Amino acid sequence: MADDTDGPAAATAAPADDIAVAVVERFEGAVAHDSHGQPVVYVDPATWHDVAAFLHGEQRFTQCVDVTAVDHLVDDARADVPGVTPTRFEVVANFLSHPRNRRLRVICEVGDDPPTVASLTDLYPGVNFAEREVYDMFGIAFDGHPDLTRILMPDDWVGHPLRKDDAPARIPVVFKDDPAPR
Amino acid sequence: MSEPTVSDREEQRLEAQTDEGAQMMRSTRGEVLGGDVLWPESDDTMILNMGPQHPSTHGVLRIMLELDGETILRSKPVIGYLHTGMEKTGEELTYVQGGTNVTRMDYLAPLSNELVYSMAVERLLDIDVPPRATWMRMMLVELGRMASHLLFQATNGMDVGAVSMMVYGWREREMTLRFLEKVTGLRMNHNFIRPGGLAADLPDDWREDLDELCVLVEHGVGEYADLLAENPIFQERLVGVGCITTEEAIARGITGPILRSTGFPWDLRKAQPYLAYDEVDFDVICGQNGDCYDRFQIRLNEILESVKIVRQCAERMPAGDYRVQDRKVTPPPRARIDESMEALIHHFKLFTEGFRVPPGETYVAIESPRGEIGCYLVSDGSGKPVRLHIRGPSFYNLQSLDPMVAGALISDAVAIVSSVDPIMGEADR
Amino acid sequence: MPLDGLPHNFLTARLEDLVQWARERSVFPATFGLACCAMEMMATGAAHYDLARYGMEVFRASPRQADLMIVAGRVSQKMAPVLRQVYDQMVDPKWVISMGVCASTGGMFNNYALVQGVDQIVPVDVYVPGCPPGPETLFHGILTLHHQIRTGELLRRRERSGAGAGIDVAQRDGTPSHVQPIPIRRKSA
Repeated sequence: MADDTDGPAAATAAPADDIAVAVVERFEGAVAHDSHGQPVVYVDPATWHDVAAFLHGEQRFTQCVDVTAVDHLVDDARADVPGVTPTRFEVVANFLSHPRNRRLRVICEVGDDPPTVASLTDLYPGVNFAEREVYDMFGIAFDGHPDLTRILMPDDWVGHPLRKDDAPARIPVVFKDDPAPR
Repeated sequence: MSEPTVSDREEQRLEAQTDEGAQMMRSTRGEVLGGDVLWPESDDTMILNMGPQHPSTHGVLRIMLELDGETILRSKPVIGYLHTGMEKTGEELTYVQGGTNVTRMDYLAPLSNELVYSMAVERLLDIDVPPRATWMRMMLVELGRMASHLLFQATNGMDVGAVSMMVYGWREREMTLRFLEKVTGLRMNHNFIRPGGLAADLPDDWREDLDELCVLVEHGVGEYADLLAENPIFQERLVGVGCITTEEAIARGITGPILRSTGFPWDLRKAQPYLAYDEVDFDVICGQNGDCYDRFQIRLNEILESVKIVRQCAERMPAGDYRVQDRKVTPPPRARIDESMEALIHHFKLFTEGFRVPPGETYVAIESPRGEIGCYLVSDGSGKPVRLHIRGPSFYNLQSLDPMVAGALISDAVAIVSSVDPIMGEADR
Repeated sequence: MPLDGLPHNFLTARLEDLVQWARERSVFPATFGLACCAMEMMATGAAHYDLARYGMEVFRASPRQADLMIVAGRVSQKMAPVLRQVYDQMVDPKWVISMGVCASTGGMFNNYALVQGVDQIVPVDVYVPGCPPGPETLFHGILTLHHQIRTGELLRRRERSGAGAGIDVAQRDGTPSHVQPIPIRRKSA
């Protein structure tokens, strides 16, 4: 990979990734972290759009590759990142810079129900569908999205399927030759 | 009439689109016929619904088109008709079982899905696979790329009217699938690339079969080039149709052959190499105009590049283990189960509970035949993932439809959708 | 020749046979390829496994012109009304083959998003197992359907069950058949 973290010592120490360091210096509440050799920055939800604008403009991150979310309601254990207060929902964005051939992941802890975060569609039109999917699956609303409607489920679906408290709706499997219940 | 240039189409598209238009083209309650409530911009235009059941929408894609006669003013792809809840299912399957789920997302190149998932799990476990596993994986993924692009040739030909191409294109694909069946056991949805390596080793006579396969595929691709590439009707249908610029493509998150057709030579196998792609010799095929013909040529030539890579893998295949020898991750060889109690217990625990992955998160991306496929995996120390998210390239590539079809005719829309080569399984998951 | 000597229903029975024969030999499938099974359905229509031998290679896009709906793939909640609408548009007599485990029972995806078996929406006549069923298994299902049409068994089963005929076929991939599979290698001259 193109980032230059040092070996095993970088596991919990501050990474040598210069872009992550630049984000931390610029924005209040940002924390840099190294996740298995990849640079990650945890930012405050209020600065979500500004961080993306900074990456898009000054740091030349041309593409936002993916926006997704995680629901940590029933985690067994959670990786502890110093300086970050974990909440139930996290929104994760992966950025790619073509001219610099670098990647950066930005995560923000958006809190519990009902979370709202700024939309990145004005900077990166390609996350239009991705944000709609996050809204559909988790219920996280994106401020400033041109068309925040359900994309994968039917429009009249109730509930947000990927939330941990939304049942997977598994029907019990019954086999033809099962003995009848007593 | 001169060919429409990229700037003509750009002007038409900007004219036709407004923010209010985007707001108004909203899908309603899933009813296909007669239930859509849409307000066209003027009385002279018509809203036409293409799909989800349609011969050329490549699966269950629905595109709503606003038409002025035969010319498309605005379009909106509506997806979700193949939403399978795979990410939710992925949270209920163990890491060993996860491959069976993930492989059915991009069902045209299932090995790519399995590879990206296995690489993500291995990264969270901090294990490295042995060299033979790496080279085997590379060879199989390139064979999968060949099979996918051969099917693209067949369906693309059929969509623009060269129906005989549909019959020809399957010829070499059948041979490739037969080889894959010999190695992996299945023609499709193989579940062969697993965390830790692969499910089994190559069969004994794989080398002869592979050499013959490469010769046949190259011969077949030569025939398709003769049949189609210089054909004036084919060129009339595809040259200058569905143009997109590099800036538009990058802004919309587009990767893969569509991005390369605009002239931007971005291929993750060269830019951010994984497996052993930095040790093999191949070219990145790039277009110029960003039109459908460029995408057709890119995929045709990528088949030949894949044959090149497969040949190099066959020559340089290292000996050794096909999976990592970590007892907690890979099952013991079947023969040992009869001999050793410990082996039996390991086998049992692995296939019932699976192995545990320490808490963490990672994003791994590879180049699938459709573009950048990524796996974002979050683990919590248990045997099942907290979040398994696959960044499907078709999900993002479908956002390229809007600039490409604006100003085009309906028949061009069919050719354009075909050249985007979407697979709805990974778009909807 | 006087008609008294002829047994009853002589002509009617032969006409019915003729009708069943015609129905069996002129099945047009409707395009309903949804997911991975669609790839194998296309493979069945392609040159090696050639569905054209039975006159079925023309997949009619318009449901009004088709008589067989091969539901090839997983049916999501959003797609279910579309499926029903296409089925309703087909003209009688019509048959349904549920191809693959996802269409038959929901397959490996036992969750909120899929209809657990397309027989909850449309009456199914033949269930073809596999994930995906190879062309050989799909062929076995299609030929079973043909045979049942020809003998009239299909219509009798439908009357008995009130819905589709519900015939399960066995998996036939990779079984050695009387047709020699073409090896990957070319035979040396």
